[in-house]
Amino acid sequence: MLFGLILLVLTLAGCLLFAVPPSWFPPSISIEGLVWDSQFSRTMWICGAIFVCAQLLLAWTVFRGKTRRTEGSGSHGHRGLELGWIAATGALFLTLAVLGSRGWARVSTGTAGKEVIDVYAHQFAFNFRYAGPDGIFGHTGIEFINDAEGNPAGLDPGDPAAKDDIVTANLRIPAGRDVLLRLHSRDVIHDFFVRELRTKQDIVPGMEIPLEVRVEKPGSYEIVCAELCGLGHSQMRSLLIVMPPAEYDQWKQTR
Amino acid sequence: MEANKVTARRPGLAGRIFSTDHRAIARQYFFLSLSAVVLGTVLSLIMRFHLVRPMAQVGWFARVWPIGASGGVMTPELYLSLLTLHGTIMVFFVLTLAPLSAFGNLVLPEQLGAKSMAFPRLNAFSFWITAFSFALLLASCGVAGGGPLSGWTAYPPLSAVGPIAGPGEGTGQTLWFFSIGVFCLGALLTSINVIATVLDQRGPGMTLMRMPLTCWGWFSTAVLSLLSFPVLFAAGMLILLDRLGGTSFFLPAGMLVADEKIARAGGSPLLWQNLFWFFGHPEVYIAILPGMGIVSHVLATFSRKPVFGYRAMVTAMFAISFLGMLLWGHHMFVSGLSPYSAIAFSFLTMAIGVPSAVKTFNWIATAWGGKLRLTTAMLFALGFVSIFVTGGLSGLFLAQPEIDAYFHDTYFVVAHFHLIMGMAALFGIFAATFYWFPLMFGKRLNERLGKLHFYLTFAGAYATFLPMHFAGFAGNPRRFADFTTFDFLQPLMPLQRWITHAAYFLAAAQLVFLWNVFHSMWRGQTATGNVWESTSLEWSSGEPREVRCGPYEFSGEKKDYRMQNE
Repeated sequence: MLFGLILLVLTLAGCLLFAVPPSWFPPSISIEGLVWDSQFSRTMWICGAIFVCAQLLLAWTVFRGKTRRTEGSGSHGHRGLELGWIAATGALFLTLAVLGSRGWARVSTGTAGKEVIDVYAHQFAFNFRYAGPDGIFGHTGIEFINDAEGNPAGLDPGDPAAKDDIVTANLRIPAGRDVLLRLHSRDVIHDFFVRELRTKQDIVPGMEIPLEVRVEKPGSYEIVCAELCGLGHSQMRSLLIVMPPAEYDQWKQTR
Repeated sequence: MEANKVTARRPGLAGRIFSTDHRAIARQYFFLSLSAVVLGTVLSLIMRFHLVRPMAQVGWFARVWPIGASGGVMTPELYLSLLTLHGTIMVFFVLTLAPLSAFGNLVLPEQLGAKSMAFPRLNAFSFWITAFSFALLLASCGVAGGGPLSGWTAYPPLSAVGPIAGPGEGTGQTLWFFSIGVFCLGALLTSINVIATVLDQRGPGMTLMRMPLTCWGWFSTAVLSLLSFPVLFAAGMLILLDRLGGTSFFLPAGMLVADEKIARAGGSPLLWQNLFWFFGHPEVYIAILPGMGIVSHVLATFSRKPVFGYRAMVTAMFAISFLGMLLWGHHMFVSGLSPYSAIAFSFLTMAIGVPSAVKTFNWIATAWGGKLRLTTAMLFALGFVSIFVTGGLSGLFLAQPEIDAYFHDTYFVVAHFHLIMGMAALFGIFAATFYWFPLMFGKRLNERLGKLHFYLTFAGAYATFLPMHFAGFAGNPRRFADFTTFDFLQPLMPLQRWITHAAYFLAAAQLVFLWNVFHSMWRGQTATGNVWESTSLEWSSGEPREVRCGPYEFSGEKKDYRMQNE
């Protein structure tokens, strides 16, 4: 009886908390983010409905089972009912899987027409490299890496193409243009996570992982490392600065 | 027979300590898990405290950890080593041992009408190497450099390159891998024992389809253990070779860690993730399948009704086990694995929702229309169903690669697995403890205290882990030693403080349970015979041995049940 009541209170509290939330989510800044938001709320409605039905059904079962005077039946099951809920849940989950996979466009389409930026992660910082005015990424190597002297990307001093490469601690990108980030790590696994983009990608040593982004809204957003990388993990932070395109071009020229 | 001979040859203290009696071994596992869960819970409280008061100076921190918390302020590396220890203890020494090794050992042979486990000496050996493995784990935190800080998932390269990756990554991490390796052996031997017992030791008339669902739960769990623990063992050996033997299974070329060039080449960090989660995902079901069996059994007993759809329940367990081995990739949606594979893993993950939903429906249908006896065990079984639904639903978000890309490694995931793996499995363990305490100690647990404990725990579990989803909504990353660096985490501090206080409440409620266990063990009401008017053989006098009917014969007559050997 008490248990039934508690379930009832729990269901109501759950509904209240999840249906009338303060804005836990930061606003989305990309098309993918908006697609994410709508798929999230669709899933939320479905899960919410199942949550309410299941908890109330359980509450009612207990409530009824405690007040009833006669013994229950000796039924061992009902094949039709079972096949019914197998089919219903199967169809529902399949639909969710299909809908959920639509927004999953991770396959990189190459560098053509994109602003290409190299992302370098190490314990416990991010760095970003732009090709510079010549448009060519110079040669790099781990033997050239020297964080103290300002060469965290390991630019080869002997390569003229590397001379004008820009290396920064914050990620600046132009609004409204396709950007291709090439993620590199030199030591352990890190992660590139921007909440407003609604996505994250692990950065794995030995791999170059592409991540395509396109942001419509200028602003400044925090970049988080979301993969445990050592004692400084919770301090591994950078900024994504989205600039109006003209301002961005000017910034790149003057560096 | 074998068991009696061995015990008879070595009476006295040593004979009792190194007992080959399955009930004695069950009690040993029970107390090992109980010690582990107490330690794991205390660790979580210290962590929750640190998260909301990262700069607090605590005198006894400095005394317990003179290096990790000199001056009383906890360092990030100490926090991360506590986090690693908490996860390892809870997953391996609580959720793996208590449901299968403790209660499986206690009940399985009795329910089958077997005289003992198939290999009694192997059984004792399993326990003692598992206890040794626990000692190794504790030792890993007592060595120079402290405990490992790479989490219970121990992703390389962090866990493979040695102390240059951080304190605790030296001897501590090495011992951790040895501990897990030894644990794998123990789990593997236990699983062989359980499988052999089920297939070979059943009493007369006990056909497979007359086994209580508990036995099916332990059987399917043992099959999963048999298939998955060897993979973790192998992976652990490979990483130990990387650490100690100069190989590079998990280390790619061109690494520079803390300004030191790593002269290895050819390995892949993702290989570890594939191997680890090939074990790690089935592990979730290793923790929960015995609970599913227990809950089915307890629900039927106290609803005075047969289990609804026995055959479907058995099939669902094996469907869950089979699918459970095919969807490890959903832990790796953002790892750099091919984006195409994510779609396959996503559909397989959704598919496992179907047998899980079948179980849920059948549980409710079992209790539906019954005249319920709300004993503490029954309350925990009903609580299990409620929490299983809630924790399962967040899985529908995480099964979608797109949605997961936001929630991966945030508190949403922490909330998800603490409900579905932690709390649900724990409720199964509590139900089992209340139900089988008479079998374990010949005494009953106090029901009044038991119900109090249930209501406090049920409320505390939801109060702690439901709001945790909101931290996930806000993108709060997990495994952060403090929330001080990021601007977006500051408005979440009131929420984090709520979670911490709810966790204190939840932990305090467990004191009622501990008191109940130890008080009832010595002073409790003596229990003999068929305490709960159940049908399965563990409650019978053992005579006649012949099993004549299925496990769930309840009907509406005066004596409303029929024991299996009646």
